[in-house]
Amino acid sequence: MGSILLLVVLVLLALWVVGAYNGLIALKNQTINAWKQIDVQLKRRHDLIPNLVNTVKGSMEFEKDTLQAVVDARSKAMASGAGAGPGAGAGAGAGGVKETAAAEGALTGALAKLFVVMERYPDLKSSQNVRDLQEELSSTENKIAFARQLYNDVATRYNTKQQQFPTNLVAGLAKAEIAELWEIEDKAEREVPAVDLSLKKPQG
Amino acid sequence: MTAGPNLFEQQARNRRLTVAWLALFILFFAWLGFGGDFALYLAAAAHSEGPVPYRFPLIGVVVTAVAAVVAWVSWRKGPQQVLWSTGARELTAPQTLQEKQLVDVVEEMAIAAGLPKPRVYVIDDPDPNAFATGRDAASACIAVTTGLLAIVSREELQAVVAHEMAHVRNLDVRLMTLIAALVGVIVVLSNGMGRFLGMGGGRGAGGLLGGRGKKGGEGLGLAALVVFVLWIITLVLAPIISQIMAMAVSRDREYLADATGSELTRNPGALASALEKIETHEAPTTSIKAGAAHLCIADPLGKDVNLKDGRLADLLATHPPMAKRIVRLKGMAFQQLKAAGQAPSS
Repeated sequence: MGSILLLVVLVLLALWVVGAYNGLIALKNQTINAWKQIDVQLKRRHDLIPNLVNTVKGSMEFEKDTLQAVVDARSKAMASGAGAGPGAGAGAGAGGVKETAAAEGALTGALAKLFVVMERYPDLKSSQNVRDLQEELSSTENKIAFARQLYNDVATRYNTKQQQFPTNLVAGLAKAEIAELWEIEDKAEREVPAVDLSLKKPQG
Repeated sequence: MTAGPNLFEQQARNRRLTVAWLALFILFFAWLGFGGDFALYLAAAAHSEGPVPYRFPLIGVVVTAVAAVVAWVSWRKGPQQVLWSTGARELTAPQTLQEKQLVDVVEEMAIAAGLPKPRVYVIDDPDPNAFATGRDAASACIAVTTGLLAIVSREELQAVVAHEMAHVRNLDVRLMTLIAALVGVIVVLSNGMGRFLGMGGGRGAGGLLGGRGKKGGEGLGLAALVVFVLWIITLVLAPIISQIMAMAVSRDREYLADATGSELTRNPGALASALEKIETHEAPTTSIKAGAAHLCIADPLGKDVNLKDGRLADLLATHPPMAKRIVRLKGMAFQQLKAAGQAPSS
């Protein structure tokens, strides 16, 4: 009788370990997949920028600095983004998320500045081509933001799961590591509202 | 954000409800089918001595077969039929800036929800409205009227699409498609059997029920009559009852889709202002029929119901009152501002 009871307990325990392990693996893969979604959108943005720069270059000769800032930020972002990962995959570098986030944040800031400056050029605003490009870029910006939002949500769920008792007991078995969240860098965060303020000053 | 567990609760609830509704409708069909047989069996038993001549449950078998076929077809074809009935056209190659924005916004919301991108449809109709349909995330479609595209800003469009995406993610679209299929079956059956009874079928049954039978069979004859009358009443009321049940299921979903949609955009204020615009710009719709009304973001039919808040309005409306939804969304927006430390301190 006692041995049967022991057997039942062991079987239940084994079932629980399998369930918890699979749950963690599923969350890990979701985290990696969510990261890939950001990657796709970032690449799309990198591809669109030369297009935009070329289109507006002619009409914006006096804004060389702004344009150059965008181009520089783009190449920096492309350099830091190569091979970055959420740290969720086995052996992936843990510094990837922070670096990529910083470089992409700077690019977001530079682009936002360019868009604000472009508002001063009526012929640019009325051009169909520029409007389409702008819609595409701002949509890509949104997609990056939403992909980041999804990644952070999934990664948080993954992190919580592997730290909570009793799932944390199988975390080592599933090779679960804390996935780094994509935080908005303070610098970039401060930059964008700074531009906004200069425009909305009259309200005081 | 606390809507995370709510979402999964709602998904689980929708799965449970799907099963419960299937069970309920199967019982209902069984009554519609075999109830008739039961009445005829009792009647036959009242008339004859010895073995009962009515052995094969003909009505039950026919009803079950017809119901299964009709339900299956409308489950598979339902979403396409809804889109077809509204005259929606699929947006595959967007031409204008508006259409491009719509496709972009749908892509953005699909990313935010972590779902495959649903197909996008446009309906040429001046009434601002939108709906989602489908059986699951992979087969989901989102349709928007040109009237909506004309009045909302990009942010508001995003909020409306997020609301529809929430219906997809919460599995509301699946439950709605299923209920529409089942309600359709009941209407078909009720009409069909009514016609059958009106023609010769009823006379035969009436003869069996009304005639004097063997001695001692009167009790059985009375029982048969009671069952038969009950059966007829159900048959007549079936379409109305099932419609009310379907509406009750669809209403409380709107609040949750508002909340989940705001969770996707993190911008409840945009949905509030979109709903305000939809309410003030209402125009008579010609393309959205009653069959698609319960899917829409705003009730296309009984707009005046939105203004009332009584028992009857609550019972018959497919949507909660617009004012209540807007107030809740504005509350969410205020909470968000307060959390960010930007709320006006008053």
